[in-house]
Amino acid sequence: MSVIYILLAISIIVAIVFFIAFLLAVRKGQYDDSYTPSVRMLFEDELVTTNKETLTTEND
Amino acid sequence: MGHKNCFHCGDSCKNDTLFFDDKYFCCNGCKTVYEIFSENDLTCYYDMQQSPGATPKEVEGKYDFLSNKNIIDKLTEFNDGNTQIVTLTIPHIHCSSCIWVLENLNKLNKGVTASQVNFGKKTIHITYKANVISLKDLVLLLSRIGYEPYISLEDYNTGKSTINRTLIYKLGIAGFAFGNVMFLSFPEYFELEEYWLEQYKHLFRWLMFGFSLPVVFYAGKDYFTSAYKGLKSKILNIDVPIALGLLVLFVRSTIEIMFDLGSGFFDSLTGLVFFLLLGKFFQQKTYAFLSFERDYKSYFPIAVTKLANGTETPIQVYDIKKGDRLLIRNEELIPVDGILINGNANIDYSFVTGESQAVKKQSGDKLFAGGKQTTGSMEMEALKSVEQSYLTQLWSNDVFNTNKEDKFTTLTNTISKRFTIAVLSIAIVATLYWLFTDASKAMNVFTAVLIIACPCAIALAAPFTLGNMLRIFGKLKFYIKNASVIEQLAQINTIIFDKTGTITSNKQTQVSYSGTQLSASEEVLLKSTLRSSNHPLSRALYDILDQHNIVSLNRYEEHLGQGLYGTHGNNSIKIGSASFVGQPQTTAELSTAVHISTNNTYKGKYTFYNAYRKGLSKLFHKLKPDYDLAILSGDNNSEQENLKKLLPSKTKLIFNQKPDDKLDYIKYHQSEGAKVLMVGDGLNDAGALAQSDVGIAISENINVFSPACDAILDASKLNQLYAYIKASQSAIKIIKWSFVFSLCYNLIGLYFAVTGQLMPVIAAILMPLSSISIVVFTTVATNILGKKLN
Repeated sequence: MSVIYILLAISIIVAIVFFIAFLLAVRKGQYDDSYTPSVRMLFEDELVTTNKETLTTEND
Repeated sequence: MGHKNCFHCGDSCKNDTLFFDDKYFCCNGCKTVYEIFSENDLTCYYDMQQSPGATPKEVEGKYDFLSNKNIIDKLTEFNDGNTQIVTLTIPHIHCSSCIWVLENLNKLNKGVTASQVNFGKKTIHITYKANVISLKDLVLLLSRIGYEPYISLEDYNTGKSTINRTLIYKLGIAGFAFGNVMFLSFPEYFELEEYWLEQYKHLFRWLMFGFSLPVVFYAGKDYFTSAYKGLKSKILNIDVPIALGLLVLFVRSTIEIMFDLGSGFFDSLTGLVFFLLLGKFFQQKTYAFLSFERDYKSYFPIAVTKLANGTETPIQVYDIKKGDRLLIRNEELIPVDGILINGNANIDYSFVTGESQAVKKQSGDKLFAGGKQTTGSMEMEALKSVEQSYLTQLWSNDVFNTNKEDKFTTLTNTISKRFTIAVLSIAIVATLYWLFTDASKAMNVFTAVLIIACPCAIALAAPFTLGNMLRIFGKLKFYIKNASVIEQLAQINTIIFDKTGTITSNKQTQVSYSGTQLSASEEVLLKSTLRSSNHPLSRALYDILDQHNIVSLNRYEEHLGQGLYGTHGNNSIKIGSASFVGQPQTTAELSTAVHISTNNTYKGKYTFYNAYRKGLSKLFHKLKPDYDLAILSGDNNSEQENLKKLLPSKTKLIFNQKPDDKLDYIKYHQSEGAKVLMVGDGLNDAGALAQSDVGIAISENINVFSPACDAILDASKLNQLYAYIKASQSAIKIIKWSFVFSLCYNLIGLYFAVTGQLMPVIAAILMPLSSISIVVFTTVATNILGKKLN
């Protein structure tokens, strides 16, 4: 049953890894602006479509 | 052709519609922006949002000061000579198209390496190569595409701002520890006499101890310091019983696991801190794009143009000395008091007084800081430095250095005094009782009482109720600085209003005509002549006149600051000041008037009145039974008769009030015990807003800056003021009811504590249960309140 020591150690390490990830995220400023990223992530597609359009017109 | 809306900005195209690329544009500016975007493959801008743009303004020479090295150093966050990083505030940011185009700035100029928008704060963070594009060029580029940054004196002083993220860290740590401790303590809740559990429980307990350390010493630190500060100034605030509870929880639990007496209360301890911080976080609703701390600095420019020996040099406004010759361009703000030397001065003092009608000044007239030049450029001589100017002097008053929150005792702190005394006496009585019956349990009972009576639910009632009210008010365009303002608003008994810009509207004016009736052809001529002028009075009058056919004029002249002259066929018309149309100036006129003469015969005049906001009279009559009402105006008493008709008879009307008169008036009433709500708008109300118990700034456009205040109310919602005050009072009632509920929980808990049978599992159930039920109750109750407001 001493395996519980290993299990505890692993579970706590995993928890601490996530905790550190959280701290890094806060430090990088991910919690400073909770609105703009939600809009920004929708942009990528739009950019691609314009590029394609311009490409096709050029090819024509 | 019908009515077309501009493809770029959405305004209706009135005069000269431009047709380009199958799209309509209202002006050349809008068309140019479209051209820039279409050349650079950025027309996607128009796909996301219909007509998202703004018409670019004339900025020639306005940003010359940005070539000054010192100013660049102050404004940039990072500057190694080549790469520079700057954060600019852009008030026009309002939709996803704005974010998109601003984050694609590098397509417009290769010098920009990265740009990131913060939508909530309406700022853009730009990294650029200074040898490709200078800061000045960058600002000009932004202005050219309709996103003119707002650079004020405030940026100059603060420069780099740091964001305070401690609360998020603390909340994260408390939540992390709470979750893990909950897991680790779970097996022992059932008290199974099991072999494995017996063997490993010590390990589990010491792990819990380890998790609780950062919670007590980092996350819960504020409660100890606040309690200490409170005790030092002899106030029993709510943090005293909380700190006591935390301390007892931690010490008792540590002793228990040390001597193997029990499993301790680490679950309740971490949970308690987590819930308390959650309450704090919830209450901390901030409107990133609004500032409640503004003073003149956020209105004033960083630099102006100084004229010396025929050369123009940008000069930092703090460096302006008496006697300096300054050039003020169109749309620029006058930074210091001075004398007009030459040029057409038409000064808009709306920042200062709320009065939007520009004032005409002659050479030699005195100019006051805070006015905005509206017609062309002018030259002036400084008479004072920035700090000594008439307007800015107001900020040397002590009111601006005292914190209103410190003076106010919140409801929670009022109740916590009695609560703490009651808890301590119960603890002592119970301990004494057990000392005589079973001395071994006495210490146990003493600590149990302090643990269970820890006023978690009481401490949560106010933050959740008020935090939710802040959100509800925010949706209704009533933006409040912090939660304690709602409590203060509920106690108000006197309401004082500013007049111009507050109860009158800046946009709408009422016009009445007196004189000989104009014939139909004269009216056509009048309207056609007005159409060509951009003067605010002409625009206002043009919009009010009936629709007529527009005729093209044979001749049109605009005499700046005097009037307009137009001819059509054999008829001529003069529109403007009395002297311009050939009418002797009548006795000092109090209100603004536009005189008309046709073919050199005087016809009459249009008089402009302030239009009062909708529902004003109704609002005052609703407020009348419960509050003392007064109007403090900086203007003359030309409107007195009108106001008397409109408002309840006992409303006090006081005119000709200087900024510090307003402040003193409020101070005087406060000394007589009145709780004053001041409703104002301009910088001249700033002193009164700061002195009052609650200062509300009225704003027609919340993106435009309002002076320092406790709350900002959208002008269209002024008529709801009564409902908002009543809602704050209901919110206080909700808090009181929550206190009653949480006291019930405390009584149940105290029963277990006093009888000496408090198990960790009971504490672990009771603490979250009471907290969560209070949160649910306050949230539901405030939402019902919010529904009623809608």
